[in-house]
Amino acid sequence: MKSLAELNAIREKAKSTMTVRDDNTELKRIVVGMATCGIAAGARPVLNEFVNEVARRKLDGVSVSQTGCIGMCQYEPIVEVFIPGEEKVTYVKMTADKVAKVVNDHIVNGNVVEEYTIGAIAK
Amino acid sequence: MRELSLNILDIAQNSISAGASLIEIELVEDRTAGDLLIGIYDNGKGMSEEQTASITDPFFTTRTTRKVGMGIPLFKMAAEQTGGSFEIYSKLGEGTRVTTHFNTGSIDFTPLGDIRSTVITLITMNTDRDFRFTYRIDGKEFALDTRELKEILGDVPLDTPDVVEWMNEYFKEQTELLLQ
Repeated sequence: MKSLAELNAIREKAKSTMTVRDDNTELKRIVVGMATCGIAAGARPVLNEFVNEVARRKLDGVSVSQTGCIGMCQYEPIVEVFIPGEEKVTYVKMTADKVAKVVNDHIVNGNVVEEYTIGAIAK
Repeated sequence: MRELSLNILDIAQNSISAGASLIEIELVEDRTAGDLLIGIYDNGKGMSEEQTASITDPFFTTRTTRKVGMGIPLFKMAAEQTGGSFEIYSKLGEGTRVTTHFNTGSIDFTPLGDIRSTVITLITMNTDRDFRFTYRIDGKEFALDTRELKEILGDVPLDTPDVVEWMNEYFKEQTELLLQ
């Protein structure tokens, strides 16, 4: 059984491994649309999978966050990826299954997953 | 919405936008009576009487990007289609309280779904806010309060992977106990 007391151990462990992030390093940002439209279309599992995948790979300098309605509700769940110095990439009709590929190919290796982008899907 | 827990996530997002520092989510299920209460209470900026009166109208929204706001109307519909009820009380500068009742035996009752995922998404995406989640089934209770967690964790943030994993496991175990 998990207990609140275990949080003490987590705290001690985290303190010893916590690294101070240089505020000047620019983050790669993954932003998931979480308004009514996004949530109804399945944004919650997509957001959770991004959080899990980033944690699993222990990626540093990557942030996962949420935003409101992006304005193209018919393409939800929508995910925007911002990499400093590059153009924003918009992924549409995302599912949790597509997350690992986006993280691996785009976030880690810098290759946009063209087939999931709005350019490939919106006709 | 396919799950009531998605409605809850959606309504709680309104509380976040309203600048609430504390958001309380309460689920109370009476299995004998077939009644489920879902309450979402916040201390955000609140709404005027006029705004509160028009909040259930899908064509009312304070958003400027579009002319429709579906969150509250969808939640109200989910409650009323089971023969349940929907109430909203709000006061400018004090906050907003949404209280709904569902008849769980109704054929039109939307399943609660993955409430753990909703609560943990809210907590980890908004570490600057506090959440209190209470789940009561037939008198047994489980509560998760981020103020309590923060007190133990000090400056270790709630979105630290180890903490998220702990919250998931803890939530799973505690809700299983309730459902026994």
